[in-house]
Amino acid sequence: MAEIELHNLVKTYPGGTTRATDDVSLHVADGEFMVLLGPSGCGKTTLLRMVAGLELPDDGQVVIGGKDVTYLEPRKRNLSMVFQSYAVFPHRKVGENIGFGLRMRGVDPDEVKRKVAWAADLLQLTPYLDRYPAKLSGGQRQRVAVARAIVMDAEVLLMDEPLSNLDALLRLSFRAELKKLVAELGTTTLYVTHDQVEALSLGDRVAVMRQGRIAQCDAPTTVYDLPAEEFVGGFIGSPPMNFLTGTVVAGGDGGFQLDLGAHSVPVPDALSGFSGRQLRLGVRPESFGVAARNGDPGGLPAELEVFEPLGSSVLLTVALAGHQLKVQAPPTFRAEAGESLRLSLPADQCRWYDPETHLLLETS
Amino acid sequence: MTTVLEKPVRKQPQRLGISPWWLLAPSTVLLVLLFGWPLVQGILAAFQAEGGAFTLANWERLFGDPYFVEALLNTLLLIVIVVPIQLVLAVGMTLLIQSKPKFGGLHFYVWAIPLAVSDLAAGLVWLTVFADRGYLNSLLIGLGLSENGIAWLNYDNPTTMLLAVVVAEIWRATSMVFVIVVAGVQMMPPDYDEAAQVFGASAWQRLWHVTLPLLKPSLQVALILRTILALQAFAVAQALTGRNFPLLVGETYQWYVNLQNPAVASAVALVILALSLGTAVLYMRALRQPSAGGPR
Ligand SMILES: Nc1ncnc2c1ncn2[C@@H]1O[C@H](COP(=O)(O)OP(=O)(O)OP(=O)(O)O)[C@@H](O)[C@H]1O
Ligand SMILES: [Mg+2]
Repeated sequence: MAEIELHNLVKTYPGGTTRATDDVSLHVADGEFMVLLGPSGCGKTTLLRMVAGLELPDDGQVVIGGKDVTYLEPRKRNLSMVFQSYAVFPHRKVGENIGFGLRMRGVDPDEVKRKVAWAADLLQLTPYLDRYPAKLSGGQRQRVAVARAIVMDAEVLLMDEPLSNLDALLRLSFRAELKKLVAELGTTTLYVTHDQVEALSLGDRVAVMRQGRIAQCDAPTTVYDLPAEEFVGGFIGSPPMNFLTGTVVAGGDGGFQLDLGAHSVPVPDALSGFSGRQLRLGVRPESFGVAARNGDPGGLPAELEVFEPLGSSVLLTVALAGHQLKVQAPPTFRAEAGESLRLSLPADQCRWYDPETHLLLETS
Repeated sequence: MTTVLEKPVRKQPQRLGISPWWLLAPSTVLLVLLFGWPLVQGILAAFQAEGGAFTLANWERLFGDPYFVEALLNTLLLIVIVVPIQLVLAVGMTLLIQSKPKFGGLHFYVWAIPLAVSDLAAGLVWLTVFADRGYLNSLLIGLGLSENGIAWLNYDNPTTMLLAVVVAEIWRATSMVFVIVVAGVQMMPPDYDEAAQVFGASAWQRLWHVTLPLLKPSLQVALILRTILALQAFAVAQALTGRNFPLLVGETYQWYVNLQNPAVASAVALVILALSLGTAVLYMRALRQPSAGGPR
């Protein structure tokens, strides 16, 4: 049993002016696959290194399996790690690299051999076992680093962008392999990535980080559907969420409307307190309903600026009342640039944000 | 022949014409004048009799000299004792500096100071320590451990003489190994050591399985340089013991200056040259990196 609890971790690097992690608290349940997602430099690696014990926090606590390990040596934490820089030993052959941790622990040589063969097979490294890392490609080296980590059977597995250097196809297949493997091993996993697709596909939960803080930590679907901050909506999704700013005004039927200039969108009653003030509306590109000009009389009129067929869908750049929006339409949709379209906005697909705090507002 | 023709044509880097030779010329001339010519002179001198005829008499005279055998043995003994101690000390000092103690920068400079002290000066400093009325004896007498002090550098005490030279050499030349090893450690990315920590290696295991192997190139350089320089050790022993503790280079000096015999002096110098080349080749062979490429 090894859940990870991080309590209020603060870390400022010597000479740094801003906090690399700023009061981060996170609870990873036993056997859970937690993904840390965020833009470059947001503190993901720093957080992982504090869990590993390679970096000491200025303040806060790291608890693994119920034991406070904040200042414990890395080797006594029973964890293994894939480094962002791989850190594959250049003076050791691939096989020796993979078995390094086991040998340090004094595991029986036959057992080491067996596990190395197993991991090498899993990561398609068997032909390279007798090579030195200098003679491997970047992706192969990265796989050695992953193999070295998974043979350990540690209670906690830390992975820092372990698939970043693989080609798209290999990454896809390893992603699935990794998910299966970690589920089988039941290891508590902290996985760092800045690839959102990887994050959503792998994680039991995804913690989205920004500037040293965790902006949101939820199941992948929740993080995608209900971004807790505008930042999360804008970071996840490709293309990201659209945001529109308008003023809340009283509508004719007693309800409220968000005035976008030429057009308006109904505002949920729960937000009537914003009457007369500004409000931000967030909509995912695929949430819009799109129809040709004379298709849907109730829709908002918009002008198509760019039409991009992407194979599995069609990406439209449209202008709506002076705002530029990205809209995703079914692959069969056809239109010409310059045409006008009608956009419909299902009420349950609208996310409302406070323009000052940029936080999600409750509507129900 | 056909196989040669079928070989794929490699792209040759563009020819630079004759100009590289012109650029190399000044240094080549300098090398020939300052090293090549004296070398040839030295080799000739060692095999020439008074009139210029070929002879092995110089060598016979050298090998017949009891001082030569003693000098050779002393020199080798000094290397065997001093170089390993210096390597271990330097690695230890480096690890201490790497653990980032308070005033680590100061320690580094203090430990590097002997680099700036000339060998003769170092020898004289240690002479004030080991002389019959030197600091060491004063201390011993002061503490009541000895009545009249110990004749450390006396001809009758070869062991203490060796000890004094060893101590002085270690003090004088460890800093060079230290600086090389520190440079090597600082070039090493910290990731490897961190990976070893995470994967359960103890401090000793990390040193043995990661740090030292990765330091091998630096250690190799330090070892070659130190051994060759130790073959040339002279001034420290000269200052401390005169000819009571003869060393090879001391013998060259002796033959050339005091015995006025440049031919035998050249022969000794050639012996030193052969030993230097031999050790360098030996080390290169023994410590060759298993992998062709560098780290990463
Ligand atoms: N050793 C260090 N010394 C000083 N500052 C550092 C150090 N390591 C990281 N930082 C700073 O701390 C912040 C967080 O860095 P961190 O490596 O955790 O980012 P990251 O989220 O892993 O980014 P990436 O996705 O690019 O790997 C950055 O602003 C970085 O410049
Ligand atoms: Mg990182």
